[in-house]
Amino acid sequence: MLDISTLHYLVLGAALFLLGVIGVLTRRNVVIVLMSIELILNAVNLNLVAFSRFWQSIHGPSALHGQVFAIFIITDAAAEAAVGLGILIAFFRNKETVNVDEVNLLKW
Amino acid sequence: MHALVQYIQSYLDSDRTPGAAGNFFWATVYILLVFVGLSVAVIAMNWLERKILAHMQVRLGPMRVGPHGLLQPIADAIKLLLKEDIIPAEADATVFWIAPFIVVLAAFTVFVVVPFGPTHAITDMNIGILFMLGVSSLSVLGIVTAGWASNSHYPLMGALRSSAQMVSYEVAMGLAVVSAILMTSLNDQGTLSMIGIVEAQKAQHEWFIFKFFPLGLIAFAIFAVAMVAETNRAPFDLPEAESELTAGFHTEYSGFRWSLFFLAEYSAMIAVSSIAVTLWLGGWMRPFPNLLNGETANLVFSLVPGATFLFLGAITFYNTARMPKHPLFRIQTIGLAGFGVVLAVIGLILFIPGVRVRIQDIFWFSAKVAGFMYLYIWYRGTFPRYRFDQLMKVGWKVLLPTGLGLLIATAVWAMRSEVWHDIIVPIWLALVDFLRRLL
Amino acid sequence: MNPPVATPFFFYMLAAVMIIGGVLVITRKNAVHSALALITTLLAQSGLYLMLYAPFVAGVQIILYAGGIMVLFLFVIMLISIERTQRERQFNKQWLVGIAAAAALGGLFIAVYTTTTKGQVLFPNVGRVSYVESGNTQAIASLLFDRHLGMYMFAFEIASLLLLVAIIGAVVMAKKRI
Repeated sequence: MLDISTLHYLVLGAALFLLGVIGVLTRRNVVIVLMSIELILNAVNLNLVAFSRFWQSIHGPSALHGQVFAIFIITDAAAEAAVGLGILIAFFRNKETVNVDEVNLLKW
Repeated sequence: MHALVQYIQSYLDSDRTPGAAGNFFWATVYILLVFVGLSVAVIAMNWLERKILAHMQVRLGPMRVGPHGLLQPIADAIKLLLKEDIIPAEADATVFWIAPFIVVLAAFTVFVVVPFGPTHAITDMNIGILFMLGVSSLSVLGIVTAGWASNSHYPLMGALRSSAQMVSYEVAMGLAVVSAILMTSLNDQGTLSMIGIVEAQKAQHEWFIFKFFPLGLIAFAIFAVAMVAETNRAPFDLPEAESELTAGFHTEYSGFRWSLFFLAEYSAMIAVSSIAVTLWLGGWMRPFPNLLNGETANLVFSLVPGATFLFLGAITFYNTARMPKHPLFRIQTIGLAGFGVVLAVIGLILFIPGVRVRIQDIFWFSAKVAGFMYLYIWYRGTFPRYRFDQLMKVGWKVLLPTGLGLLIATAVWAMRSEVWHDIIVPIWLALVDFLRRLL
Repeated sequence: MNPPVATPFFFYMLAAVMIIGGVLVITRKNAVHSALALITTLLAQSGLYLMLYAPFVAGVQIILYAGGIMVLFLFVIMLISIERTQRERQFNKQWLVGIAAAAALGGLFIAVYTTTTKGQVLFPNVGRVSYVESGNTQAIASLLFDRHLGMYMFAFEIASLLLLVAIIGAVVMAKKRI
């Protein structure tokens, strides 16, 4: 318990991932769903950086592939948040609602 | 007692910052010193701003509260602390309460990496400049939440405008900073740490503002403009101008909460000025450290801190002599004379050889930052305010392209021999060869 | 190099902040409260990155995530947030199915993390990794840009193209008249 190993970080990442998944699947407000997606991406980043530390112990101190991947994911998350929020604004302008279950214009 | 002095001396002679050495006690001492110094600096800035602005506008400024208004900041602080704490009725109390703390947190945490000397920083992070830029961008969050939590349209508009302005000018600041970091990598000393950047300037014998003339100067100019806009100061202070938006995002804040915003604004000004001083103006180095390197030059430059305070004390005594000779002014005259004596004593203390050698770095750094503070006040007294669309136009259409072009120019000029030999010459030779085969 | 003395304490403190922040994100009615909770989670995550000896990623997380993406979220929340959303039903009709799915996923994680192959733990303890004191940014830069060692150059260029596409997309999406 007291010696922090890679497994501790992975369990924490898994817990955050689960919280994000619950947020995506249960909330109605689109903005909160997008924020839960950011939680999921952060959990993945934590996993990657923890694994990069693990990889460093095997392959030397400059094997930082996990950290580079994490930086790319942060960039990706920024792009996706921007586009997602743009879509949200466009939809809000038409329908005046921010609830996911009212996005049903294509339903029969 | 002697053991205590020995302990202090042995620490002051170490070659690492307290954070790097893992020394909790000295790190805490440095944190307290920085906190106290920052508070004193903010109080002094309050008085200086009002007096200097007044003198620029050919009036006198506060004169009543203490001799020449010296106790005015204390009167302001007492008034702010005793004011009634008003929260708007429909406002979200939790968020309303948190917002000033976010801004103060962002403004004060930045000082963890500010280098007052080669070992006089609280810590020397590997990513110092990245940390400073990042944490100072957290104050935007505090401003946005402050504007929203006030539940009133003037603060909301002020907050949205202010945060849009700060985010836009952060981009220009980042580009200027990157071209300065590029210059540190010339002697294989590329680093993001603040102390490393000043050491790179020392090793390359050139302040980065003069490097690759005029590229360093343009980078410094871009940063100087962007930092004024980043801290919402004149001439970019539309979001907090009284005639436009009734004090913008901090309209609904009164008393102690407003003073937190005020404290954060001045601390942010000092923080971005220290970034500018560290990156372009040589940090803690005295002028001409390599050109005038002899024993006498070192002695003369080490006398400057003490001489500055003695000069300030002399000005105070001169003003004491010019005070009206009326019995009602007796207390003020004695107060001003006392202040002059304090300044002169500080000056004399700074002449002691042991103190003189150690206070050099901190003094030159603080003097350069004080110069920037004077520039801030000068801008406020001189320039008319930018309209918001003009402000955004300058940020995106002028500073950003200039910053990008400057970055490319700096990179090309720094690697000019590689660019010439590995890119241009082969392309030219290939072109000549192709034409020869064609004809 | 002195081993850090307070690592378990800081890890558990930052982990607690992150979990509490995550729970607050998914349960608050008010979107601004969720955003503030997410900001604390991101800052705690940056602290965890520092503990994993990844200072550059920590700095990037503060600048981009907490200082950029969350500002974007707060802007949009303030532009479109309407008061009546706070009085409506917060959780949708399939919340039970959602929580069951998440519980199944959690069970999968537990099954993976407690697997032992022939008595060995899945991820052995890292131990003392030699940390290049001033080289993290340089090492990441050499992975990205170096002529011989850099293998992420293509991904870097594609990321910049992705950002360009995202900028154009967001502007086009949010315009009133195209």
